[in-house]
Amino acid sequence: MNFKKQLREGLLTQNPVLVQLLGMCSTMAITTSLFNGLGMGLSVLVILVCSNVVISLLRKVIPSKIRIAAYIVIIAGFVTMVDLLMQAFLPDLSESLGVFIPLIVVNCIILGRAEAFASKHSVAASAVDGVTQGLGYTAALVVMCIIRELLGNGTFGGGVLSADGIRIIAEPYPALMMILPVGGFLTLGCLIAFSQWLIKKLDDKEKEAAAK
Amino acid sequence: MSVTKLFSIALGAILVNNFILVQFLGICPFMGVSKKMDTALGMGVAVIFVMGIASAATWLINEYLLVRLGLQYMQTVAFILVIAALVQLVEMFLQKAVPALYQALGIYLPLITTNCAVLGVALLNVQNSYNFIESVVYGVTGGIGFLVAICLFASVRERVDNCECPKSFEGFPIALISAGLLALAFMGFSGLRVF
Repeated sequence: MNFKKQLREGLLTQNPVLVQLLGMCSTMAITTSLFNGLGMGLSVLVILVCSNVVISLLRKVIPSKIRIAAYIVIIAGFVTMVDLLMQAFLPDLSESLGVFIPLIVVNCIILGRAEAFASKHSVAASAVDGVTQGLGYTAALVVMCIIRELLGNGTFGGGVLSADGIRIIAEPYPALMMILPVGGFLTLGCLIAFSQWLIKKLDDKEKEAAAK
Repeated sequence: MSVTKLFSIALGAILVNNFILVQFLGICPFMGVSKKMDTALGMGVAVIFVMGIASAATWLINEYLLVRLGLQYMQTVAFILVIAALVQLVEMFLQKAVPALYQALGIYLPLITTNCAVLGVALLNVQNSYNFIESVVYGVTGGIGFLVAICLFASVRERVDNCECPKSFEGFPIALISAGLLALAFMGFSGLRVF
């Protein structure tokens, strides 16, 4: 398995959020500051890698009839671990992500990768797949966060660079709407449209190069 | 517990804190099965049904099993298993007992297990420390909120499909943008309170 190809797939051509359209609840709900986005993205990355590895290890043991139930239990176990660790060491993050941490259990990305990839491939390939898909998810979240935080709050890097972020747009001007639910839908819609345009453009370029 | 409190929970779940448009729970089925009005209606009814039963079951499990044994940290695992088993049971029961309803809801039921709104309502019931009746009311009205949102969205989407829009926006992105406008409309309900 080619790492570079998998990375490209995870980040762009098979991006879990922008192309496969999985796990949209959390993508829209928590992307209001860079801190939230990074925290959520990295927790999903960790859970995805762990569950992919375990499911890949057990792929010959789990009977195919009850595999979905078994996957859910494995994933729920890892989610609980991350949830408890976060409550202990990063209480602020745990507070602001709230119910969306336990809800990673029903995030279709993780179950989707378990079913589509980890149950058919070796442990190493599954781990790599977890990393690349997790990075793709994190990248999409971070982009959403940066756009929404900048337009809605007028700041950059809230919680990461400084407590309230670096102010770029002066106080009265940002459109509060962008950090409200409306902004989530609008930003994700535009982002998906942009990624479709980009993928099409890259495809055309490759075809042209191949024709020459 | 007063009727006013139940009414304010219901109003909150349907309009002010709509599960889909304000809390972002259950977006996947919301986007996935909203292409036609009748499928949207079927999904909405199935969600009301499951959310009501799941709220009741998870409340009982939490109160009499997890809290008694001091196992609250197993909440996520226990709830998702209960919901998965419950959906399966409901499906089998309907198939035998009410075949007509099963025919109507059949294909939507398995999808509901991975609907974040169902697990979400169970977790929120615990977080808000609702009692049994409040939990069930919150579950059912949350489902009604889902039905309202998905039906409104399906009828918008049927029309959007017939319109011309930029190539890159075709299909999913334009649907998200229309959902955004719907969410904007629902913002009008924020601040609505029962005293």
